[in-house]
Amino acid sequence: MLAFIARRLLATIPVLGMVAVFVFLLLRLTPGDPAAVIAGDNANSQQVEEIREKLGLAQPLLTQFVIWAGKLLQGDFGESFFFKKTVAELITQRIEPTLALSFFTIVLAVLIAVPLGVIAAYKHDSWIDRGVMGFSVLGFSVPVFVIGYLLIYVFAIEWGVLPVQGYRRIAEGFWPFIERLILPSATLAVIYIALIARITRASVLEVLGEDYIRTAHAKGLTDRVVLMRHALRNAAVPIVTVIGIGIALLIGGVVVTESVYNIPGLGRLTVDAVLARDFPTIQAVILLFSVAYVLVNLLIDLSYTLLDPRIRY
Amino acid sequence: MKLDTLLKLAAAAAMATPLAFAAPPAAAQSNTVRAVMHSDLKILDPIWTTAYIVRNHGYMNYDTLFSMDEKLNVKPQMVEKFEISGNNLTYTFTLRDGLTWHDGKPVTSEDCIASIKRWGARDSMGQKLMTFTQELVAVDAKTFRLVLKEPYGLVLQSLGKPSSNVPFMMPKRVAETNPMEQISDFTGSGPFMFKRDEWKPGEKTVYVRNPNYKPRNEPASGLSGGKVAKVDRVEWLAIPDHQTAVNALLASEIDYIEAPPHDLLPVLKKDRNVALVDYNPLGNQYTFRFNWTHPPFNNEKVRRAVITAFNQEDFLKAVIGDADYYKTCKAMFICGSPLESNKGMDGLLESKVDNAKALLKEAGYDGTPVVLMQSTDLIVLTNLAPVAADLMRKAGLNVDMQSMDWQTLVSRRTKKDLPNAGGWNAFLTSWVAADILNPVMAGFLNSGCDKAMFGWPCDEQMEKLRDQFSRETDAAKQKALAEAVQERAMQIGTHIHLGQWYQPIAVRKGVIEGIPTAPAPVFWNITKKGN
Repeated sequence: MLAFIARRLLATIPVLGMVAVFVFLLLRLTPGDPAAVIAGDNANSQQVEEIREKLGLAQPLLTQFVIWAGKLLQGDFGESFFFKKTVAELITQRIEPTLALSFFTIVLAVLIAVPLGVIAAYKHDSWIDRGVMGFSVLGFSVPVFVIGYLLIYVFAIEWGVLPVQGYRRIAEGFWPFIERLILPSATLAVIYIALIARITRASVLEVLGEDYIRTAHAKGLTDRVVLMRHALRNAAVPIVTVIGIGIALLIGGVVVTESVYNIPGLGRLTVDAVLARDFPTIQAVILLFSVAYVLVNLLIDLSYTLLDPRIRY
Repeated sequence: MKLDTLLKLAAAAAMATPLAFAAPPAAAQSNTVRAVMHSDLKILDPIWTTAYIVRNHGYMNYDTLFSMDEKLNVKPQMVEKFEISGNNLTYTFTLRDGLTWHDGKPVTSEDCIASIKRWGARDSMGQKLMTFTQELVAVDAKTFRLVLKEPYGLVLQSLGKPSSNVPFMMPKRVAETNPMEQISDFTGSGPFMFKRDEWKPGEKTVYVRNPNYKPRNEPASGLSGGKVAKVDRVEWLAIPDHQTAVNALLASEIDYIEAPPHDLLPVLKKDRNVALVDYNPLGNQYTFRFNWTHPPFNNEKVRRAVITAFNQEDFLKAVIGDADYYKTCKAMFICGSPLESNKGMDGLLESKVDNAKALLKEAGYDGTPVVLMQSTDLIVLTNLAPVAADLMRKAGLNVDMQSMDWQTLVSRRTKKDLPNAGGWNAFLTSWVAADILNPVMAGFLNSGCDKAMFGWPCDEQMEKLRDQFSRETDAAKQKALAEAVQERAMQIGTHIHLGQWYQPIAVRKGVIEGIPTAPAPVFWNITKKGN
């Protein structure tokens, strides 16, 4: 097991290296000049050129890459072109809202989707099953921002029970923190509820047809015990896989939700940085996302051994 | 029990938990204005960049020697009195008593001299002033002298320049920062103080009232007069999504939106708790810019054909829509300003398509495509390019409209490459009226070839006229020269002005009052009732 973990962690190094080179080149080859953005609308060409030199963008591409990669190996992400702050400082400021939003979303999605999927499988072909599957189709089909605006209109503007936007850090009080996460988490969770519920239903349905389930029933076990102890446990591997993929996808999914609910997280930072062509920030955030993606996948693989003793690394 | 009742009960129950009584942030305890500005504040040096959000930050944190009032007259601000020598060569300025920096130290002549020099190295009007300046010397701690090499008619207009770059005063130690580098010490002397420790880019910018600020005794007018900070704290919240900002205002979570998009104004107008305030009567001006370096716009007749083919109403209707918020105006230096004139505009901007076609024929236009850049992410610009493309096509031009985000356009417009190799032929933008009130301020009139702004017009006669304007001290003669500049601009086609539009501020009605009428959104003299 330890050898497997070590191998997987070592394998992340070339992956991250490739991501670093790809992102670096992609940013330099796409249109857009951070110097022109910084200089403002009324700046002349000379002013833009001076800023470009100051930022080191006038140097050859290879020199720029060597400088950036050298700093990166020392753990230095560099300084944002715009904020006069280090990229590490910016990420530290923005990571809490994204982690909180992602955590609540996935918890909410799992708590709702898994029971829904199990019930839909158990009540196969009933109106409950069709209802759950109908909701899944709707959850997949409606864009996140539409759900967001709808929830804001109903809960924040019409009923006034929850805030429209913003984020409060947990240090500012637990209720203000939770209050501002309810609508964004619910918005973002819809698509994951749809996804996880469908997979849970399919997996449980497949297991329910197995011989050992019939045996369990023959032994006189209640439906609840059969479902929870025998069916769900054996259906868990694909469900955990899809939850894991969901966590990884959340990294990208938070971008729209953070914009609609004005949550100053990593998603917003990425969008701001891309629009402003803030190369050091974009590079660091994408590398961070890559690390998170690799680690989540590793955790999913490791969780299989807990759920299915036959799986060994 | 209805769902809303249940939710309200649940919310009330949650509020009753001890955790809910955790200490509220400082903002909630004081008289705080929560505002959403047109952009997030990322750069803090108003001399280093021309971005309007940084100019607005400057007005919060810094003060100016002179300021422009509502009638566009330049009035002393930090300056108590000034004298101009009989030969118009020496200007002596005396600072007001009691001016201090936010760190408590007094504002001195040396501070102001260093600030003028740094601004003079960056700003186009400042650079022009510096070319006429022989010396800037401190007479004593409160008095300094500007000595010119030859008379210059725009000394006070330059020092009282209302928009980017505004000559904000900074302590000498700060103003001595290399003009090509950003400052890192944000000590100012303005009516509010920037809170560096609470600044979170992408989240919020915080200012608190400067308790030691000494406002002038005169009533406030435009950007001049008594600047009284009547609220304890101003927070600029970064809400990039317009719909979210509007929702937040409707739910009273914020107090102020600087630039609500025009298509959402009907929603705001309908709400009885929201007021729309027209704070900037000069407004903004849409502009079409030619690139003189490549065909077909390297040909004066083709440029004139476009001017003849265009009309302002089509552009304004397509973007702003509501006639309450736009005005056609053939005066290049803004309707309502002292230099307003229609000279040289007869028969132009009236969509005379046949005349335009005839001009193209005379020019020998061969169908060379016009690469027109369209910005798609700024609502106030998006619809301009399709209208321009349509009008140009009607005149017979072959238009290749290319869509991109604004920052890509900003980068691309600096390139002189061929249009089919990453360059361009034309784009549209908008100017804050306060930036284009005369021929020296208006950057697109600079016709100094390579030294001109992107588009690079090249015309000796235009440069002579602009130079004459800058040297002229008589107002009537200045106006005649401005008219000559306008006439020349239309003849050679530096750019096309496409009408004025206005951006109201949306605020909570009965809560936020006293918004100053000024060419920039400022927060002094604003009051807030309740929370």
